[in-house]
Amino acid sequence: MMLITCPFCGPRADTEYVYGAAAGQGYPAPDAQQHELTEYLFLRDNPKGWHRELWVHRHGCGQWVEVERNTLTHEIRQVQALLQHEGKE
Amino acid sequence: MRYSVWALARNALSGHRAWPMAWKNPAPKKHYDVVIIGGGGHGLATAYYLAKRHGVTNVAVLEKGWIGGGNTARNTTIVRANYFLPPNSHFYEHSLKLWEGLTQELNFNLMFSQRGVINLCHSPAELDGFARRYNSNRQNGTDGDMLSMDELRKLVPALDVSPAARFPVVGGVIQRRAGTARHDAVAWGYARAADALGVDIIQNCEVTGLRMDGGAVTGVETTKGEFSAAKVGIAVAGHSGHLAEMAGLRLPIETHLLQAMVSEPIKPFLDHVVSSGAHHVYVSQTDKGELVIGGQLDGYNSFSQRGSFARIEDITAGMLALFPQTRSLRLMRKWAGAVDMTMDGSPIIAKLPVDGLYLNGGWCYGGFKATPAGGWCFAHTIAKDAPHDLNRAYTLERFSRNALINERGAGNRPGLH
Ligand SMILES: Cc1cc2nc3c(=O)[nH]c(=O)nc-3n(C[C@H](O)[C@H](O)[C@H](O)COP(=O)(O)OP(=O)(O)OC[C@H]3O[C@@H](n4cnc5c(N)ncnc54)[C@H](O)[C@@H]3O)c2cc1C
Ligand SMILES: [Zn+2]
Repeated sequence: MMLITCPFCGPRADTEYVYGAAAGQGYPAPDAQQHELTEYLFLRDNPKGWHRELWVHRHGCGQWVEVERNTLTHEIRQVQALLQHEGKE
Repeated sequence: MRYSVWALARNALSGHRAWPMAWKNPAPKKHYDVVIIGGGGHGLATAYYLAKRHGVTNVAVLEKGWIGGGNTARNTTIVRANYFLPPNSHFYEHSLKLWEGLTQELNFNLMFSQRGVINLCHSPAELDGFARRYNSNRQNGTDGDMLSMDELRKLVPALDVSPAARFPVVGGVIQRRAGTARHDAVAWGYARAADALGVDIIQNCEVTGLRMDGGAVTGVETTKGEFSAAKVGIAVAGHSGHLAEMAGLRLPIETHLLQAMVSEPIKPFLDHVVSSGAHHVYVSQTDKGELVIGGQLDGYNSFSQRGSFARIEDITAGMLALFPQTRSLRLMRKWAGAVDMTMDGSPIIAKLPVDGLYLNGGWCYGGFKATPAGGWCFAHTIAKDAPHDLNRAYTLERFSRNALINERGAGNRPGLH
């Protein structure tokens, strides 16, 4: 089991989360070229080692978080809130 | 040496001490016409068909560990051809046809057992979906039949078909020519046959870099030195992205974890492979009596080959729901493999946009059944520098045209295919 520390809820088992996708894909511009769309949609670095990725705390607060995790060891180095809350409680 | 009952008798007289090695352990040459990276089923089959069908025999298969020790050794050995989309349907039917003659062709007992693969349906909608898929399979020349509840009860007496089941079963489908094969034997059979045709199989030889000159591949760097090669084929399953990166390419592939497990051996109680989409589980029984149980991916990128307990619980819960009498069984082993999941769930067998470099990969959780046709098509693509009709659709370039081959309709989420 992996322990993912949600910035809102604290340390929780990975079974509370659902994996989304690789992070940092960067949304393509409206006038993006075909090859940029292909890269955004389909091409991935798929590293052996540290990987930034998005998880959603589905059975917790429901927020998306960005996790830095090692794909060889499953060690987790950092978890960050994906969206900054703008003063809403 | 041909394996036969006579060879067996002859060797019995010498106490089985005089059997020749199934393949040599040659010292690598400095140059090969074709280097295949990866000694799994696909790499070895490719080498065999290069030599057998295309007369290309100056070939090396470079394997970082021992041959057949990757996903070939880790899979649940299901061979079927019940894919819906035409490119997949034709490709996997070709593979199934090759399987049907392969034990004889390779003179190696692959224990290919066409015991039939049954897919259970748990809702009328699922039944309709399978009826559509199996009708289309029949149009494409693949076998497939609907099963009534009575037939299902007769074929799988152990199945819980009561209305009180967790997800009640409302029907099923069967592909009777589908089944299982002995995983190791596939690697060993192709290795022995390729070796006999002059292919060098080099184990404990990891490829660490590709040599390039003016946008073309000219050779490989390995832990056993450098080799030059006119053509280099990649067949490394979950490590495809890593190898492509050596040529400066990114692939539409993520590497994911897939687990499987076996129970202690019991008396024969399951004659078919039984699969349930609703429970995300499939079960078959080996000749030794163990139940082989598999399910879905763990769900996140991983090269660890180490699965989670949560997934084991899911998978076994599914089996218990279908076969409640298995509840007292103990699990003997579980393991995981690093599978190469593509963005549309279909494979890539193609020339890459670097001269002399070719890729066989993206097999997701289902490339064992594809071993014969994968090798067959990859050998053709390398030898002719052009795809065969059967793998014409399996390009890398389909992703830039959005011409996906997406059986599941799951979008660009490799973990969902
Ligand atoms: C748990 C599990 C269950 C499965 N069940 C089924 C099933 O029921 N039916 C089905 O059809 N498929 C199934 N599959 C998928 C199937 O196992 C694979 O798609 C198939 O075996 C891939 O074959 P391959 O030859 O491409 O890969 P592999 O057998 O993995 O061979 C690749 C080889 O490349 C080598 N290699 C990697 N990097 C390098 C390098 N740098 N240099 C040299 N060598 C290298 C590896 O050591 C490895 O031996 C399953 C997979 C898993 C993990
Ligand atoms: Zn949370």
